[in-house]
Amino acid sequence: MTAFVRRQRYLLEYSLSAMARRPGKHLALLLVYTLIVFLLASVMLFTHSLQRETRLVLAGSPELIVQRLVAGRHELIPAGHLERIAGIRGVRAAKGRLWGYFYDPAVRANYTLLVPPDDAPAAGEIQIGAALARIRGLALGDYLSLRGASGEPFAWRVAGLIESDSELVSADLVLMGEADFRRFFAIAPGLYTDLVLSVRNPREVLTVAEKVSLALPDSRPILREEILRTYDAVFGWRQGVVFVLLVGAILAFAIFAWDRASGLSGEERREIGILKAIGWETADVLRMKLWEGAVLSLTAFLLGYLLAYLHVFYASAALFEPVLKGWAVLYPAFNPVPFVDGLQVATLFFFTVFPYTAATLVPIWSAAITDPDSVMR
Amino acid sequence: MIELDDVRKAFNQGRPNELWAVRGVSLNLPLKGLHVLKGPSGSGKTTLLAMIGCLSRPTAGRIRLDGRLISNLPERFMTEVRRATFGFVFQQFNLIRGLSVLDNVMLPAYPLAPDAGELRRRALALLGRFGIAARAAHKAEWLSGGEAQRAAVCRAMINDPRILIADEPTANLDSQRSQELLAVLGELVAMGKTVLVSSHDPLVFESAGVSHVVELHDGRLLGGGSC
Amino acid sequence: MLISPAFLALNGGAMLVSLLMLMAAGQAVQVLRHWDIKSGSERQLALERRTYLIATLVTWSVAAELVALLLFLHTAESMSSQFVGAMCATGVLNAHALGWPVLGLKIAVFFAGAVWLLVNQLDNKSPVYPLVRLKYALLLALLPLVLVQALAQLGFFLGLNPDLITSCCGSLFTAEGEGVAAEVAGIDPMLSLALMYGSGVALLAAGMRYPWEGRCGIVYALAGMLAFALALVAIVSAVALYVYEHPHHHCPFCLLKAGRGFIGYWLYLSLFAGAALALGVGVISPLRRVASISAVADAQARRLTTVSLGLFALFYLIATFAVVGSNLTMEGVWW
Ligand SMILES: Nc1ncnc2c1ncn2[C@@H]1O[C@H](COP(=O)(O)OP(=O)(O)OP(=O)(O)O)[C@@H](O)[C@H]1O
Ligand SMILES: [Mg+2]
Repeated sequence: MTAFVRRQRYLLEYSLSAMARRPGKHLALLLVYTLIVFLLASVMLFTHSLQRETRLVLAGSPELIVQRLVAGRHELIPAGHLERIAGIRGVRAAKGRLWGYFYDPAVRANYTLLVPPDDAPAAGEIQIGAALARIRGLALGDYLSLRGASGEPFAWRVAGLIESDSELVSADLVLMGEADFRRFFAIAPGLYTDLVLSVRNPREVLTVAEKVSLALPDSRPILREEILRTYDAVFGWRQGVVFVLLVGAILAFAIFAWDRASGLSGEERREIGILKAIGWETADVLRMKLWEGAVLSLTAFLLGYLLAYLHVFYASAALFEPVLKGWAVLYPAFNPVPFVDGLQVATLFFFTVFPYTAATLVPIWSAAITDPDSVMR
Repeated sequence: MIELDDVRKAFNQGRPNELWAVRGVSLNLPLKGLHVLKGPSGSGKTTLLAMIGCLSRPTAGRIRLDGRLISNLPERFMTEVRRATFGFVFQQFNLIRGLSVLDNVMLPAYPLAPDAGELRRRALALLGRFGIAARAAHKAEWLSGGEAQRAAVCRAMINDPRILIADEPTANLDSQRSQELLAVLGELVAMGKTVLVSSHDPLVFESAGVSHVVELHDGRLLGGGSC
Repeated sequence: MLISPAFLALNGGAMLVSLLMLMAAGQAVQVLRHWDIKSGSERQLALERRTYLIATLVTWSVAAELVALLLFLHTAESMSSQFVGAMCATGVLNAHALGWPVLGLKIAVFFAGAVWLLVNQLDNKSPVYPLVRLKYALLLALLPLVLVQALAQLGFFLGLNPDLITSCCGSLFTAEGEGVAAEVAGIDPMLSLALMYGSGVALLAAGMRYPWEGRCGIVYALAGMLAFALALVAIVSAVALYVYEHPHHHCPFCLLKAGRGFIGYWLYLSLFAGAALALGVGVISPLRRVASISAVADAQARRLTTVSLGLFALFYLIATFAVVGSNLTMEGVWW
């Protein structure tokens, strides 16, 4: 066992020194390899963190939302519906929600206005998200004024900034009291944007949803699970499409690696011939060459992943900014919580290290079977 | 005892450019002394040495080492025999450029995975014995021809083989250096090693230490095989 | 169909492995047709050199398959959010008829590949390579398994329909349910643990005879397979509950994400490696009858038996630790 480990150490040492003696040859490969890993890892980390952020958002959202539809369009829902739902078995609590969007021409962005269920700000006061505060240059105690539904201006004092795990959740949020909200949007009392239900037993959500749609024929229940599922599918699909586009790049990379591995210089051939002549076995040379590949792969993988990590989590995925830009003016500071995911690393491994290795196996082998007596000629 | 029994070697067998480089050599070599293989260029000296040293396999015929058949082994096992029994010195030195002399000397021992410290000590001792200890840390390509050939001898001896095979070891040396190398080989013989040299340099096969000269011609022995 | 990176990685990887194995098989056919160990010809030398390529290709394929097995389970796990009713890998495997067969095939490929590598290693120990024909015939038998596995996996992923409502571990692995999984989950935990440890003792008995007396290699392999199966049963019916510290959670896959210190990985790795080596003993010990490798095969089988026993012992230790160290107490409920 120790002999085995020692032999691997010798072989590794030799392959490191061989690589150090020909840095140029390996540098180009390392560069391309790192780039490939970087690209794939960036896409993965980016979409994955988007996915996580949405999950964070949705985690706090209710299990069941009930919206009223009129002619297929989302309408305000009367408070009367609440009582009819509350009677359904399995429903723990039902509440009306007030929220809406407001387009602010000053910064050309949409805000989300929301009346929080508890601890709503006092009349005349609001709490706002960090991104909004940044873009409007608001500090605590400043006033935000917007034009209401009937044309008259409203001014609120900023009483707090919203702290959150996820900037995505809170970026464009404006929290206000119920009375302010109703006056601003001119919504009559007794009407809500939608209703939210919490269900006693998570397994009964489906049954409850069915009963709701029976009890309120003009409404549609929306399950949190369903939203999550849709998002997951959408994100996975988007990632998949990007990866399909990148398959070409990976293929090109594999061909490049194959070419590099099979295009041995006369000097390298001679070196392998010498090794074989002085007592190295074909398997030893093979292993030495595989170590070389392992060192390259590991370096490129770590480097590429690290760069992607920095890119996505600390440089706000600057390379993807064009894609992000069209999304919303309020999201320039995309700073998701850093994370590393084992499944992702394994997937990435299959996309990069495995094709690289497969492409180099035959060239490595054909180098390793050099005739041991070749150096005598 | 190394016994060769009707050994033949063909290159490009079955193709139009087929060539029999060795055509039926039978020969017994005792495992002591300095043996020289001489003959004109292209007579098959190198080919024969490669077969004896387990670098290649005869197309037909048998080679025995102390009664053990070594000519029919697959490469994997030939390598085992080779690194336990033979050391090699080549005409072009064949040190690996860019590696230090010490690393070059230790190279043949890597697959055997000896203890690193012990291996280093062994290599330094060899370098000391052949007078190039001062060059241990130098890169191989900085050595002079004579030093390089002595480093090659050290490398050949690192696994302590019984037999040293040297293919035209003096071809790239001037007569002064050749004499020195012959002295080194003589020293090895004195240590009880068997040395097998191919050469068409009279300086070598006419030197005093030679115990036996075998002459090859066109892949065949000239005169008797046994000694 | 659900295109995701993991989907592409798994199927791309399986395609690549199939390619490597096809290449290896092509080379193997050449070797089988022209092999003549007694010949000193250049062709024989070239064939001997091909054996290195074949071995390298297969080694990498098996290694990739092992990673792919883990990746497959984790992918199934991560896809569970896209299926109504699925809460872990179980639900996703249930979502398509090919789910469980793919898992079975993957495990079979791993076992067969591992055994092949052991036979290959043994063959390389004798200068006459006595097992060349056997091992390359085995390789040709392994090839369809790999190909079918790749196709089945592709079929599974392409056939997955997110609108389907599936049932997950909660309903599959319950004592009240129907089917094999439910039966397994419903086994009296005391009985299953007793069977697991009992088979372990039997294994030990069979295993001890081999290194010391050089007998019962095949018996050991059979005992190993039995112990493997019973260990899986015990995991589902008892050990899992202790790891989850939940009296009704039987799922064998959630183990990979639950528990402290990746205990699921340790459990499965030691169990699978131990079983693969036991299988290897079963194949290698009869090869002692091949004269040229008799001694090597014997030594190798003894060594494998010892290592395999060690791995099984490790598995039992971890399982015991999982039960004893758990906060779940079933005293009064089970015993
Ligand atoms: N790999 C090979 N392929 C084809 N022909 C070869 C090969 N190696 C050697 N030969 C031929 O075999 C013959 C014998 O070669 P060998 O190198 O053994 O001669 P030699 O006696 O060592 O000659 P020299 O004194 O020039 O080194 C030569 O004609 C050579 O061209
Ligand atoms: Mg020559």
